[in-house]
Amino acid sequence: MSSGEVASAPAVRDDAAPGAEAAPHPGAAPGPGAAQDAEPEPAIVTSGLTKRFRSGQLAVDGIDMVVPRGSVYGFLGPNGSGKTTTIRMLLGLVYPTAGSHSLLGVPMPKGTVQVLPRVGSLVEGPAFYPQLSGRDNLARVDAADRTADPGTAKQRITTALDRVGLLAAKKKHYRAYSLGMKQRLAIAASLLQPRELIILDEPTNGLDPQGTREVRGLIREIATGGITVLVSSHLLAEVEQICTQVGVMRTGKLVFQGPLEELRARGSARIRVTTSDPARAAEVLGKLGLADVTAAETEASAALGDQAPEQITRELVYAGVPVAGLDTPRPSLEELFVGLTGEGFDVDG
Amino acid sequence: MSTAELSAPRGGAPAAADGTALAAHARPGNGLRTWLRLLGSELRLMFRRWRNLALLGVLVVLPVVLGIGLRVSTPDGGGGGPNASFFAQLAGNGVFLSFLALTILLTLVLPLVIAVVAGDSVAGEAGLGTLRYLLTVPAGRARLLSVKYTAVVIFGLAACLLVSAVSLIMGAILFPIGPVTLLSGTTVPLADGLLRLLYVTLYVAAGMAGLAAIGLAISTLTEHAIGAIAAILVLAVASEVADNVAQFAVIHPYLPTHFWLSFDSLLRAPVDTTTLLHGLLSFAAYIVVFGSIAWARFTSADVTS
Ligand SMILES: Nc1ncnc2c1ncn2[C@@H]1O[C@H](COP(=O)(O)OP(=O)(O)OP(=O)(O)O)[C@@H](O)[C@H]1O
Ligand SMILES: [Mg+2]
Repeated sequence: MSSGEVASAPAVRDDAAPGAEAAPHPGAAPGPGAAQDAEPEPAIVTSGLTKRFRSGQLAVDGIDMVVPRGSVYGFLGPNGSGKTTTIRMLLGLVYPTAGSHSLLGVPMPKGTVQVLPRVGSLVEGPAFYPQLSGRDNLARVDAADRTADPGTAKQRITTALDRVGLLAAKKKHYRAYSLGMKQRLAIAASLLQPRELIILDEPTNGLDPQGTREVRGLIREIATGGITVLVSSHLLAEVEQICTQVGVMRTGKLVFQGPLEELRARGSARIRVTTSDPARAAEVLGKLGLADVTAAETEASAALGDQAPEQITRELVYAGVPVAGLDTPRPSLEELFVGLTGEGFDVDG
Repeated sequence: MSTAELSAPRGGAPAAADGTALAAHARPGNGLRTWLRLLGSELRLMFRRWRNLALLGVLVVLPVVLGIGLRVSTPDGGGGGPNASFFAQLAGNGVFLSFLALTILLTLVLPLVIAVVAGDSVAGEAGLGTLRYLLTVPAGRARLLSVKYTAVVIFGLAACLLVSAVSLIMGAILFPIGPVTLLSGTTVPLADGLLRLLYVTLYVAAGMAGLAAIGLAISTLTEHAIGAIAAILVLAVASEVADNVAQFAVIHPYLPTHFWLSFDSLLRAPVDTTTLLHGLLSFAAYIVVFGSIAWARFTSADVTS
């Protein structure tokens, strides 16, 4: 992996770094993780996972997803790209029309009863009984869990409410909660039991910047406990700071998957010369064998490729080009992301 | 070997089989106790809902109004049809107010109560979105469905018991009470009469359990509770109407409502067990058939709400 591109890369968790070993496309490898018994199986593996709704809509189109254990996986994509549908399939709410997947090494949906107690989730926004208080809503969720100990329910509910900062509002009716409080309650529900994997579908949806920051902090805190987190969002910027891995969806396809640095490294740098004689500069760049040479009013640029900028600078000066400035800009993550997902306002599909 | 694309989905099959084997000895915890815990939660939710309490309130008020109305107008063979004998008996014995109330409420009000709770059971959770959270807990689809059905049946039983109890009390207050003269002319002691009232109530509740199964199945088909409730009620009323059209005599025994009023078999000496048994079998058949439909639908449907 060509990491170390930017020093301020998000703190890659030690145990997550080797996650790069899991190739973006596991292909038809039958027993995921069987090859290396030293590494724990990835938290999520999907193989050709596909959902075509009865309406004919192909919402998810054969995605091969690998979420390494201990990683924070940013699941990105614009509206309608299939994030929620994928998450619903992962959790056994929606049945795939093709492909297979496993959670924590257990094949789904056969293993639902066995594995879901170890998975906390928030799917497509919070949903609770409006006539019940926050606390009673959590008690309801807990009562449905056959692995939960009723004796510790009260304690666990209090702890979960405390973690999301809702303890003061525990007796308030859910219908009287603000959007942010509702979102927090949903996160609290996912924290009722000890988990190994937490799946959060747009957890910051509808939150103010302050709330977004808090949720981000909460995710970071969860992840430091060694829990794998999958968090979906349509904004890269929102999860960039906390993710170790990203998967990018576009119209049902996983168009990129891997460590964040790999996405960064994808952006090929250009060399840009600011000069009063762009035509001449372009000529030199062309002679040096650089591709995609362009000349504008005050600058010339070209794809840098594997050439050293120092060498190019020397050649320019030697050729008598009046160099006023020279830099090697790389596309920002956001630009790369937009390049992957498209920019149009219209939703795809 | 076929291509990777072709073999990939099939590769899931042996792995899935392993999953079942694992799941079998995955959770040794007490299944019944956790099931009862979920049922308790379900009942609490159901009996604390303002709307459901209002329905129970109606079931209290109607027998009271009925009793007072009949007392004031001194019933003497007032009604026709199947109620006639109950009307006739009422003046002599308040116990008959219970039978009369059950008979009258069975035509619309009790089916409405069942339609509301059964229609809401799954569709309500789907509409609210709470279904996806229950299922990802995981509550277990079949397990959740069994809890839902049990809760609806308990609510129906509570409704029937409430009608019987309230009208019995009103009957005792407004009319003389004593040994019960059965429809066949025999007179039995009051205790025997009350026991028969209990059986009648349970029989009516069994009929409601049959309707509840139909309601549960309808409720798994939609995310709109109101739609499910309306559909169940329309179905019950249509069945009652069809049951009263002589031309449809062939299908009468197969109608879900046909045996509801057969509880009068219990008020004869000896008890008409054949009709009673037919009734119970009919209810059981509806429970099995529509319970299976609900199960098949609910365990295989995508939850996209
Ligand atoms: N129940 C359904 N029936 C038919 N099509 C559906 C259904 N649910 C989703 N879709 C379609 O599947 C596609 C993917 O939807 P999905 O909700 O997974 O997108 P998403 O990435 O979560 O979008 P968003 O960011 O808006 O939440 C969309 O085109 C949507 O219209
Ligand atoms: Mg979504």
